[in-house]
Amino acid sequence: MRHDFLDRYSRLHSPIHRLPAALKAGAAFVIVLGAATVPLPGVWFFAGATLLLPAVAAMSRIPWSFLLKRLLFLEPLVLGIAVLSLLRPDGLSLFAGIMARSTISLCTMILLSNTTPFADILALLRRAGAPRILITILALMYRYLFVLIDEAERMSRARLSRSPGISRLERWRSFTALLGQLFVRSTERAERIYAAMCARGWE
Amino acid sequence: MHIPDGFLDTRTIIATTALSTAGVGVALQQVRTRVEARRAPLIGLAAAFVFAAQMLNFPVAAGTSGHLMGAVLASVLLGPAAGVLVMTAVLVVQCLLFADGGLLVLGANVFNMAVIGPLGGYGIYRLLRFFLHGTRGMVAAAACAAWASTVLAATCCAGELAWSGTVDWHAAFPAMANVHMLIGVGEGAITGLVLAAIARTRPELLDASMPSRHQGIAWIAYGFLLATGLLLFVSPFASSWPDGLESVARGLGFEQRALMSRSIASPMADYRIPGIGSPVAATMLAGFAGAIVVFVGSALLARGLVPPPSPQPPTREP
Repeated sequence: MRHDFLDRYSRLHSPIHRLPAALKAGAAFVIVLGAATVPLPGVWFFAGATLLLPAVAAMSRIPWSFLLKRLLFLEPLVLGIAVLSLLRPDGLSLFAGIMARSTISLCTMILLSNTTPFADILALLRRAGAPRILITILALMYRYLFVLIDEAERMSRARLSRSPGISRLERWRSFTALLGQLFVRSTERAERIYAAMCARGWE
Repeated sequence: MHIPDGFLDTRTIIATTALSTAGVGVALQQVRTRVEARRAPLIGLAAAFVFAAQMLNFPVAAGTSGHLMGAVLASVLLGPAAGVLVMTAVLVVQCLLFADGGLLVLGANVFNMAVIGPLGGYGIYRLLRFFLHGTRGMVAAAACAAWASTVLAATCCAGELAWSGTVDWHAAFPAMANVHMLIGVGEGAITGLVLAAIARTRPELLDASMPSRHQGIAWIAYGFLLATGLLLFVSPFASSWPDGLESVARGLGFEQRALMSRSIASPMADYRIPGIGSPVAATMLAGFAGAIVVFVGSALLARGLVPPPSPQPPTREP
């Protein structure tokens, strides 16, 4: 499965990966909560987090390039909104505060998602009392996410190789036809999955 | 439009989390009681489909590309309750698996993109369907509603940011609304084109998605949620009465915040003159003009895409 790269590192073997999911999720929640609520200079908190998170990242043996790439991919979205806060009267300190808060939270969430398999997080959510249907939907979505992305990419490649050099308008039409086809295939797949689930005694 | 962590204050986080929990709760209840069991895998697969569709980038112009939000597409294809759940699942996975969108602000993101987006968009879609009939009408109404849902969600997002005191409403609303009025055109076009493509190949999938009529209580709950959200996050800023915001803030026991909001509201006095002087008024004006342009555009899009229905007399858009 080619799209395994999306969360490939969540199944590594390291001291961090071996920790129970509840502990990791709890710690991440505490850090994110702290980053959101600590009164603003908050030097101790942010200094502590800045020391702790790289240490965890080092222990987890996830390649630094991967973590940095994810951070650089997501940080512009943070920056884009934070820039607007510069227009406020007390803009600069507010901007710095927001950037500190959200960067720490972002790093925490990147580490959590890459050290904990999604199935473990789902099991945690189920134990925390999340509705059963929602868990089923999330589990199915995660299971077939990679299949559908793969399928979308195969269809897109086939489309590109059949029709090189078409106009932008034509490209939009064929792209959306592709999406429609992908939806049709998803519903057909859902029917088959439902039949298979029933055959295995679901509900 | 995904709000990262650190942008919203505690009050906004609690309010949005409560609203989105209620919205998702109603949708779950509706799916559990009204929708047959075979729909559960379909909702999961549809969520994966929306996620995969969001990863396909559309060439826009000069190297930039846009992608789909998919809220109206999902709720038109599967019904509003399933649309809410599809978008919720997409946002939860984006947050927990890809750190896209914050953890504490997940409630706010779910409210904007999984409650306001699908439900507000679906409401507009149903309203437009009263006088847009046939497949063409469906494509036109869905394209329009997709645009409107994007703008609505962005406006709500701006309201939440301003409510938290992180961003000035006079900066956030024009920035968010104007950008999303443009992004929404892409959203509307993609939604319309995809629906037209499905109508060409598998029209029976669209007929199956029509929900039953007797869903009164759920609709009242949805309407109440939408109204509360818009009243809470947008109307304090959209109205020209700063006192209203102050009294709301005092009523909720946030005097300290009220002091801050006065500093937000004060420039409003200078911008009182209705017209192009104020960026907020200009944005609203652009919104109304944009809505008309989008409506005409989606009617034309639908006419271009969908061949006239041959068996029945052709239905024409007004």
